Amino acid sequence: MITKRIIPCLDVRDGRVVKGVNFEGLRDVNSPVALAEYYTENGADELVFYDITASAEHRALFTDILRETASKVFIPLTVGGGINTLDDFDRVLKCGADKVSVNSGAIKNPSLIGEAAKRYGDQCVVLSVDIKRVDGEFRVFARGGRDDTGMEALSWIERCVSAGAGEVVVNSIDTDGVKGGFDLEMLEAVCSRVRVPVVASGGAGSMADFVTLFESVPRVSAGLAASIFHFGEVAIPELKRELAGNGINVRL
Amino acid sequence: MVAIIDYGVGNLFSLKCSLAAIGAESVVTGDADTILRAERVILPGVGAFADAYAKLCAAGMDKAVYAAADAGKPLLGICLGMQLLFERSFEYGEHRGLGLLKGEVIGMEGTLPAGLDIPQIGWNALHKTKESRILANTAEGAHVYFVHSYYAAGCADSLAATTEYGLELTAAVEKENVCGCQFHPEKSGKVGLDILRAFCAMEG
Repeated sequence: MITKRIIPCLDVRDGRVVKGVNFEGLRDVNSPVALAEYYTENGADELVFYDITASAEHRALFTDILRETASKVFIPLTVGGGINTLDDFDRVLKCGADKVSVNSGAIKNPSLIGEAAKRYGDQCVVLSVDIKRVDGEFRVFARGGRDDTGMEALSWIERCVSAGAGEVVVNSIDTDGVKGGFDLEMLEAVCSRVRVPVVASGGAGSMADFVTLFESVPRVSAGLAASIFHFGEVAIPELKRELAGNGINVRL
Repeated sequence: MVAIIDYGVGNLFSLKCSLAAIGAESVVTGDADTILRAERVILPGVGAFADAYAKLCAAGMDKAVYAAADAGKPLLGICLGMQLLFERSFEYGEHRGLGLLKGEVIGMEGTLPAGLDIPQIGWNALHKTKESRILANTAEGAHVYFVHSYYAAGCADSLAATTEYGLELTAAVEKENVCGCQFHPEKSGKVGLDILRAFCAMEG
């Protein structure tokens, strides 16, 4: 049986991991490469590198980091942040990314997903959506959750999947940062609309939240989180043992 | 030396790096002579079957694959590269493949029980169906990383391992010097590197 995936997300700015990461035995706590190696040794099923570099001239640092990581880490790497064109896909795929996550880029240019899927295959194209409840509906937000696009989220996701997105990351703005658990209602709604793998993001505060996620919404195929892993609040090997103990199939 | 066939399909950077990580020299090449001089050959590939097969033939690499296989060189197809080794595929129509292995490639859509995501993306367990050289270093039940919407069926005696995803899907095949993995050994952590090691230890 396929296992549920646990995915740490690393925010990278100007070639360094943002936010202090504190692990024993990790000398350079802001090195994306060192951190990627650490997570790979410690049970991560996949890694997401999110490029939050603001300026184009520093973007090359990100691809250098990606290339170095991909040469040392042999698990799937997804890259997001600043992906607006097919050239952006090309740039990160050449450096060792396996999947490319598109968010605002797909909102600005709705044909991007279809064109990328045609060139690189559906499996390569990940739709990432920031969703918040507005007036009783799920609404798509752009620019890191700052702008309400006015678009209804479920139909947007459906449209992107039929255009060729092979996976969907659902980030609930309503639960993000609250650490009160994943947005089960939102995830259930998305899972019932699409047949591609759905990755849950936003809200994890404890190991129990992951158990609840996979038990309550069995269609969800992965849980993604950042700070709780980076700050050592949840250790992935321990999390996976906890999941396995609750009858959830994981790669140990 | 391992020749990784470059025919304009997919990203070969990780594959080359994973071979370097196990101490295997490799070259990414679209040159038939280089392939024939190599001790072993990898046929990678992602994307759509028909497009990949057309590109392979347009680059003259189909002949290089046949020549390598005929010369008894260990040949490893990965993901779509594995699927190309079979007789035909039903991905968007019916298309012929290299025919080095008996069997055909069919879609998950319509054959898988309802409720399963398509594509299969993620880590799944290998169940060995016979002794093989490619999985000589691999434990029963070891997890490897899959990304696919189509799978090989009717593989007869080449079937080396399956994985359970609603159905028992072909995960690895081996017949004499020709072998293949539906999963990505270069993305399957230590288990994957061990499979590449086993391939690099295969004698023609």
